[in-house]
Amino acid sequence: MNLYTLRDLSKRYSRGGEAVTIFEGLNMQIAQGDFIAIMGPSGSGKTTLLNMLGGIDRPSSGTIECQGERIDNLSEARLSKWRAAHVGFIFQFYNLMPTLNAAQNVELPLLLTKLSPKQRKEHIATALDIVGISDRAKHYPRQLSGGQQQRVAIARAIVSDPKVLLCDEPTGDLDRVSADSVLEMLQLLNSKLNKTIIMVTHDPAAAKYARRELRLDKGRFIEQESAQ
Amino acid sequence: MNDLTLMWKNLFRKKTRAILLLISIMIAFFIYAALFTMNGALNAGVQSAKANRLVTVNSINFTVSLPFAYYNRVKSVEGVVDAAHASWFGGYYKEPVNQFQTFATDPEAYLNVYPELITSPEERAAFINTRDCLAVGRELATMNQISLGDRIPVMSNIFSKQDGSRSWEFEVCAIMDYEPETGRDVPANFALMHYDYYNEALAFNRDMLGWIVILTEDVSVNDAVSRTIDEMFANSPYETETSTEAAFGEAFLSQLGNIGLMLSLVVGAAFVTILMIVGTTMVLAINERIKEIAVFKTLGFPAPRIFRMVMGESLLLCFFGGFLGIAAAQGAITLINPVMKNVLGELSISWDAMGYGALLMLGLSLITGLLPAFSAMNVRIVTAFGKH
Ligand SMILES: Nc1ncnc2c1ncn2[C@@H]1O[C@H](COP(=O)(O)OP(=O)(O)OP(=O)(O)O)[C@@H](O)[C@H]1O
Ligand SMILES: [Mg+2]
Repeated sequence: MNLYTLRDLSKRYSRGGEAVTIFEGLNMQIAQGDFIAIMGPSGSGKTTLLNMLGGIDRPSSGTIECQGERIDNLSEARLSKWRAAHVGFIFQFYNLMPTLNAAQNVELPLLLTKLSPKQRKEHIATALDIVGISDRAKHYPRQLSGGQQQRVAIARAIVSDPKVLLCDEPTGDLDRVSADSVLEMLQLLNSKLNKTIIMVTHDPAAAKYARRELRLDKGRFIEQESAQ
Repeated sequence: MNDLTLMWKNLFRKKTRAILLLISIMIAFFIYAALFTMNGALNAGVQSAKANRLVTVNSINFTVSLPFAYYNRVKSVEGVVDAAHASWFGGYYKEPVNQFQTFATDPEAYLNVYPELITSPEERAAFINTRDCLAVGRELATMNQISLGDRIPVMSNIFSKQDGSRSWEFEVCAIMDYEPETGRDVPANFALMHYDYYNEALAFNRDMLGWIVILTEDVSVNDAVSRTIDEMFANSPYETETSTEAAFGEAFLSQLGNIGLMLSLVVGAAFVTILMIVGTTMVLAINERIKEIAVFKTLGFPAPRIFRMVMGESLLLCFFGGFLGIAAAQGAITLINPVMKNVLGELSISWDAMGYGALLMLGLSLITGLLPAFSAMNVRIVTAFGKH
């Protein structure tokens, strides 16, 4: 079953009065339960595409459907709701709140739900447990290593149980060992919890963890041979 | 965790900055509450004014005397029910710094025109019939540890006797209270003496009086009565000016300078300064957090909620700092009360001061919070993440 359907998608910017086309006429489908790695040169529009899939950026033309619902023309307010319900974001630089400890960071998406404090606690404990960082629940981001911070960020992304995880260079700031453990975790979330994962990466070794590799170059996708 | 926790944590993320901001807001509200209370105390006399009470003073200024003969002429004016005269004695007790406000008057008449001033019937009779009796207000007596039957000297810092002394000897034979039912919180912080006892010993300014207090039939005849009196003495060496007691009280205060204006200026200056400091700091603090706000939005926090969270920080800051400032002012007032009691009575911060203070806090938080809250609400996620 298809989760995303992208039709005739274009993105243009005007830079100093001159129109710059990032991509044009892009068509693509993403199946439920897939794990896609998107590679490509810097400036090819990977982040831009990911942002549009996550409903934080809009195409210049074309449509994006997620589970049969168009998201490219939703109002800001409805997009907020949609994001809270459907997607989890994982960033290269973790983007945790420095004033909150790990458990509180993970709790943030739950503040948008109707869960009771007790239910929230259970969700947080489960999410921290899945990413294997329960013993650091009371630690603040500055007291955690990069790999640990990224695990907290993953826990935050999955705590409200979204269908899709969008990851923009999730291992870009990590050493090999930490990167591998984060990637294994993503693989686990994909295979065991059936999360659809779309991951942008520069690292061919990271891309190998995905089911599919796509190359975005000059506004076109080139499918690579599958990793597994 | 809830939004309040988030706001609190954001507010105190930089402890030094938050504490400095709190202190500056505290100082503004400290000044506000202290001055508001002072002003209230100085105006208490004006508030205790009765609508059908008039005061006749020398038209030059209320500190200039009038001939004693005016008193009887005023009493005979149509519409005047009762009248009393009073003269400023300017007393102190033991030490010149220890002010002891004393008026020389006709006791019976004075107690008649000020029915809210009460004593027991025995004390009232003793005061009226004893030439060297001093009637002392309850608060003034308590403060100076004076009780019924004491013999005490009161010095004048204006007048002297023919023998050169400035001290008048008294027996305290009445303690006065303000009728609690009047509902007005005025301290009885003055004393009354017999005019005759004062006048006959004077070395100068004899047979003069300070002002005349008149009780009219009704508020409706006030204007006619004041006009008649002032016309009666027009073109004499001592022209008069008759006005309501409230107006007299205000004129009395304006001698001290326009306190209301001073209050507004000082408080205004303090607030404009605080406004600029807090406003700029809030804008800067939000700018530092653009990326975090973008993360909140990405997670699905709707714009109105982000607006409320930033606004809430301003509210927390202003109300927390504001109430600390008012509490500090109450502390300071409690400390100076023993010293200032004689002059201003026992001071404390009123509910009015708190109420207006809370409105000021609200205003301050709205003005300093709106701009940051709007810009936070309108953060564009993609643009914010673009800023590495
Ligand atoms: N707000 C903007 N205004 C103008 N141009 C923009 C804007 N945002 C992105 N671009 C341009 O769009 C192109 C794609 O940017 P994008 O961030 O998607 O690239 P990327 O593939 O993620 O690159 P990288 O691998 O370096 O992260 C770049 O050329 C970038 O300069
Ligand atoms: Mg990118």
